[in-house]
Amino acid sequence: MTTTLGFLLPGASRRARHVVYRNYRWFRAAWWVVVSGAFEPLFYLLSIGVGVGELVGDVELAGRSVDYTTFVAPAMLASAAMNGAVFESTANVFAKLRWSKNYLAMTSTPLTPTDIALGELTFSQLRGAAYALAFLVTMVAFGLVESWWAILALPASVLIGVAFAAVGLAGATYMRGWEDLDLVTLVQVPLFLFSATFYPLSTYPEPLRTIVQLSPLYHGVALCRDLVLGDVGATDVMHVAVLVAMAFAGLRLAGRRFQALLYA
Amino acid sequence: MRIAEHRALAYRQVWRGSIVTTVLNPILFLLAIGVGLGTLVDDDGARTLDGVDYLDFVAPGLMAATAMQIAVNEATYPVLAAVKWIPTAIGQVATPLRPIDIALGHQAWIAVRLATSAIAFVAVMAVAGVIESGWVLTTPPVAVIGGLAFSAPIAAWSIGQQDDYFFPNLLRFVVLPMFLFSGTFFPVDQLPVVLRTLAWVTPLWHCVELVRGLTLGTASLAPSVGHLAVLVAYAALGVIWCGRAYPRRLTP
Amino acid sequence: MVDTAALVRARGLTKRFGSLVAVDGIDFDVAAGESFGFLGPNGAGKSSTMRMIGCVSPRDDGELSVLDLDPDHDGPSIRGRLGVVPQEDTLDTELTVSDNLLVYGRYFDLPRRVIRERTEALLEFTRLADRADDRVEPLSGGMKRRLTIARALINEPDVLLLDEPTTGLDPQARHMVWDRLYRLKQRGVTLILTTHYMDEAEQLCDRLVIMDNGRIADEGSPRALIERHCTREVLELRFADFDELDRAATRLDELPHTREVLPDRVLVYADDGDAALAAIHDTGLQPASTLIRRSSLEDVFLRLTGRSLVEA
Repeated sequence: MTTTLGFLLPGASRRARHVVYRNYRWFRAAWWVVVSGAFEPLFYLLSIGVGVGELVGDVELAGRSVDYTTFVAPAMLASAAMNGAVFESTANVFAKLRWSKNYLAMTSTPLTPTDIALGELTFSQLRGAAYALAFLVTMVAFGLVESWWAILALPASVLIGVAFAAVGLAGATYMRGWEDLDLVTLVQVPLFLFSATFYPLSTYPEPLRTIVQLSPLYHGVALCRDLVLGDVGATDVMHVAVLVAMAFAGLRLAGRRFQALLYA
Repeated sequence: MRIAEHRALAYRQVWRGSIVTTVLNPILFLLAIGVGLGTLVDDDGARTLDGVDYLDFVAPGLMAATAMQIAVNEATYPVLAAVKWIPTAIGQVATPLRPIDIALGHQAWIAVRLATSAIAFVAVMAVAGVIESGWVLTTPPVAVIGGLAFSAPIAAWSIGQQDDYFFPNLLRFVVLPMFLFSGTFFPVDQLPVVLRTLAWVTPLWHCVELVRGLTLGTASLAPSVGHLAVLVAYAALGVIWCGRAYPRRLTP
Repeated sequence: MVDTAALVRARGLTKRFGSLVAVDGIDFDVAAGESFGFLGPNGAGKSSTMRMIGCVSPRDDGELSVLDLDPDHDGPSIRGRLGVVPQEDTLDTELTVSDNLLVYGRYFDLPRRVIRERTEALLEFTRLADRADDRVEPLSGGMKRRLTIARALINEPDVLLLDEPTTGLDPQARHMVWDRLYRLKQRGVTLILTTHYMDEAEQLCDRLVIMDNGRIADEGSPRALIERHCTREVLELRFADFDELDRAATRLDELPHTREVLPDRVLVYADDGDAALAAIHDTGLQPASTLIRRSSLEDVFLRLTGRSLVEA
């Protein structure tokens, strides 16, 4: 186990699980903050379902007509995975890195900087998986799921979370102060709005479509949408590949940056 | 006034980031929701907005919602920070300033930020061709009052907090639902009756209605005065509450 | 095995930050059971040395072995046997007092049962037992420091590293911390500490090195250092104004005693302070005030570097 992990991610060991345990102890006292986070995407879904969906009616997708709420729900699932992962890995991690100096204490134990990064990522994705599950169950209850493939939307949304959290972890090490969170927003909001989240790729004029396809969230949204609507095809393999590549590149960089920052 | 100056001085160091949240974000939302989603809404339209384009409908709503967001952001963490993490307010009460001066100074500063963002928003709407009436010139003051209807009571609540534990709850269970269900993105009469009644109570709904009416030239006198009165009442009650809560925390 | 070899051994140990040489080729050994101190002003290179021993800062040159292992390769195994009390508190303020120990103990792979037993004893030892279920944030500075010490002991370390253990504490809290550290020393725990307080070094250290500008100025027990660089007593003379002080400085040339002229006073080193004072009065000098005291490490530092420790 340790060797496989160490091969994939130099410096990582099974001790990373102790960092997860630390967050679990925190969670026991502050569970409400965590649980309440699950409501955010539900509010969005509800607002679109009863409100905007009524205005839009149906959407043309891959030659068939789809109810707008059905169309948007998987995109909400994907965006929530991104938003949660980005918040956890930037604001929270920055606080522990620079503000509370939590990680400094961890470095004087057998834990390595990579263990710390991996542990934080794991906990944030356990949390992300719980949110995704709650959201999927709600989608089923609202009749917004059209295929058994939708079960795979759960690991898919975790993959989206890991990819964005990994990049976010690396990004957090470059942050100088709280005001740099605005720069994170500067990247995050356009991704949220322009990744074929609220309307199909075909709505964009041709030259813009290529740009949209460069967005990593676009691949997450497309993947979740295909799974929930049962339109699974070869392109989905590409979507997965993009996210996996992003996760690995991000984690490698994050591990190296944590090392440089904590072992000065 | 010196408090507002102090905030302005501090702001000079972080303005670049805030430009993002106050100006760029609304423009992006306007593009994505107004223009992008608008093509879907106006295309077939299971329901119509009485002949109004979706972009025209949503833009004034976003202007009001942005005012709310700025007001809430300024009235939560910065207020608590001033008595807890970076205790500038503690230093200020050691001077001739009274707690209420600190409260009002901060609100004045928030008003300046609300006004700047509202003016920027009107400019963007003008470029986007949303504006239908000269009354639009009255919308920045309305957005300022609408923002203060949030920032005054929330600041009074924040100053009494011991830590930031409840802030996420305020954002999740009060601010976000208002943003989504107070007529910003769709008319509230699409909501079930219970939620509709709730929406009518929120300051955001009154602000959205008023700004939308003035921008599109559809406002009539009596309802407009009513909306304005509600917003002023929220702001005034907030200031009165500040008058009690600030001294309680700063000069116990 | 370990009792003959040094627990920590450094030869030509060097740390650079860009063009700044923080630690400039120092040699030292720390034996098991010893209480060893790095004394010096801020910026002397003490903390950088501690971080290298603690395996959280790679050395740039020289040799370093900790517990017979190389920090470059065996960081996690070495850290598993060290206890670290950092200069700034790094307690987990989001957790309770006992959860701080529980979580920290898990980082060392200790079973929960073992941690629970040790937690009880350690909180008793640091007089925090009644705060076990409280949050960390409202604790006083002294309590936080004691909790940090308890946390550093959770893995029953072979060596305890303390970086400025009482800086920022009020006198009462300092004495409490000293008392606890003294008890650990009695139990045979090896202590390595940095300090810029003379009294702390004299209280806690069997042996110390005086550091200045990244180098070791001298090494020995507090008593030996004082004897080597100082007389038994020091006479402090203050004068009415600067002109008086200048005049006195020239006049003192006539006397055999070594002395140090500081901006506000003159220090005269003498084995018999009273006799020296009498000799000074004989020259006709009229100091505004005089004080005879035992010499301390402060004087040693002054003699070695020509600078006062606190101002340096």
